[in-house]
Amino acid sequence: MPFYVSPEQAMRDKADYARKGIARGRSCVALQYAGGILMVAPNPSSALHKISEIYDRIAFAAVGRYNEYENLRKAGVTYADITGYQFARHDVTARGIANWYAQTLGTIFTESNKPFEVEIVVAEVGEQPSGDQIYRITFDGSVTDEPGFVAFGGQADQVSAQLKERYSDGMSLAEAFGAALSALSVPGNGDSNEVVASQLEVAILDRARDHRTFRRIRTARLDELIGESRALTDPKTPEPKDPKAPGDPKTGTEASGPSAPSNAPADSGPPTGPDPSSSDRGSGQGDGTPPNPA
Amino acid sequence: MGSYYDGQQSGPFAGGDGDPFSAGRAAGSAGLTGRPPGFMGLQSSSFADFLGSHSPGLLPSRTVPGLGTDGGSGQAIRDLPHATTIVAAVCEHGVVMAGDRRATLGSMIAKRDVEKVFRSDEFSAMGYAGTGSVGIEFVRLFQVELEHYEKMEGRSLSLEGKANRLAWMVRGNLGAAMQGLVVVPLFVGYDEEADRGRIFSYDVAGGPYEEHRFYSIGSGSLFARGALKKLYVDDMPAGDAALACVQALYDAADDDSATGGPDMTRRIFPVIATVTADGFRKLSEAESEDYAQQVVQGRMAAPDGPTAPLRNGQPPSGGHA
Repeated sequence: MPFYVSPEQAMRDKADYARKGIARGRSCVALQYAGGILMVAPNPSSALHKISEIYDRIAFAAVGRYNEYENLRKAGVTYADITGYQFARHDVTARGIANWYAQTLGTIFTESNKPFEVEIVVAEVGEQPSGDQIYRITFDGSVTDEPGFVAFGGQADQVSAQLKERYSDGMSLAEAFGAALSALSVPGNGDSNEVVASQLEVAILDRARDHRTFRRIRTARLDELIGESRALTDPKTPEPKDPKAPGDPKTGTEASGPSAPSNAPADSGPPTGPDPSSSDRGSGQGDGTPPNPA
Repeated sequence: MGSYYDGQQSGPFAGGDGDPFSAGRAAGSAGLTGRPPGFMGLQSSSFADFLGSHSPGLLPSRTVPGLGTDGGSGQAIRDLPHATTIVAAVCEHGVVMAGDRRATLGSMIAKRDVEKVFRSDEFSAMGYAGTGSVGIEFVRLFQVELEHYEKMEGRSLSLEGKANRLAWMVRGNLGAAMQGLVVVPLFVGYDEEADRGRIFSYDVAGGPYEEHRFYSIGSGSLFARGALKKLYVDDMPAGDAALACVQALYDAADDDSATGGPDMTRRIFPVIATVTADGFRKLSEAESEDYAQQVVQGRMAAPDGPTAPLRNGQPPSGGHA
């Protein structure tokens, strides 16, 4: 190092670098519902997951660079498995894992030249809703406890603001899913193709299940859930069939569900805002949506 | 994945601290420099491999230093509680496993209500015979091993993969087995590709040996297998297979002092589990009580149980009714 770089400058550069990397991908959300915790991520790949199981009652979601968060996920699984094997299964807690991630990411951020471009959420479903925990860990190792819901990733602020309007305690799964979808389709968080089932990765921690509570919601069940949440959003227009209509993702999905209520009653509240413009915004916003959202 | 028998260890029968679990993995990861802290550089889709390099002391299969195969320590080991008879039978689209509830300590009964049939994952089950404490650790490690692989790789191991993995773990215990800490598992599972149940047996040096139709292990296994041979019919419904297993356990308890029969006074009944396309299911207390009651009632009239037809071609005896 021929030149002196002040520590402040070095840290700022690293943080900027990490933030830029994270901002390239789309945001994800995790939120509580009556029966557990729901996680939704826009993800065109059905094999490279952003949301995964860590342990019996704990799930992991991440945005950023795939290789980096995949590495962290595996390390988290290892940490959880060895803790559970050494002690007992209920001695594995989200708090412990979140702390371990915070330590690891903090060390990497300060000690290595290239910080990890990732943001992680660790969620644990409790026996009661009051026992649910959601932790968000950022690239520099800071960890925050997010009660109820969290949005994370590049456009977390906008998504979070939208989610906050729709979120309430004790929502049903379909209501929570509707809130998540409306939050994920705020302007700036990518184009709105994500409303198509094939563009979404959805998983839940199901409070009612024994042993391993993590379940992915896929294909037919996901279509059903999209239909249910649409029906809740605009009960007057029975449109659960339309979003499933294949073939024209641009017009079909955009025009059908969330956009309809904004034209007609306008009292369905927040989710309607972004949608009418979203179909053309998708093409216009080149910067926010690079081809590789992972 | 590198072979465990690739020369990293001094041979399958190496004693002392030639711990097969720690071979290979530790040597590989030691070469990494500047790896991130904690578990980041140590990941493996095998939990037992990881444990061998991270904290080998946690593995169940470690020899006990200073412990001989004879003398005073040998007596101490013989006095550890031992689990006894497990039976398994393939049924229509699945497999049934059942175990008695007795643990013995020499000629004494150590425990009346011990469980030795376990879920190993969604589509498999295992039981064990031998030293109870080691067996419990084995089951725990194997459960974590299968789940760990599933979470790491995003898919389950194939049934053969699971059976081979268990064989390798049993082999790892050979040193301890030589000292008397013998544990032998019986592994059953539902093969999703072939849509049928399969049974794998082991010896102290590993395996697996695939068994067909039915099998049993433990001290009462000879009697149980003899009984099962006469009661077993191909493609039995799961309920019939469970009843045949309980009959076999009763016969084992009849002739083997280390196998416990159904305990009607304390209401302790065999543990019965089925593994089918719907996954692992342990029968409820009430269900296994029902099977035990049927068997005991039948034996009230015919103490030796149902008889098989003497000549081929006769219809099988319909039980004890």
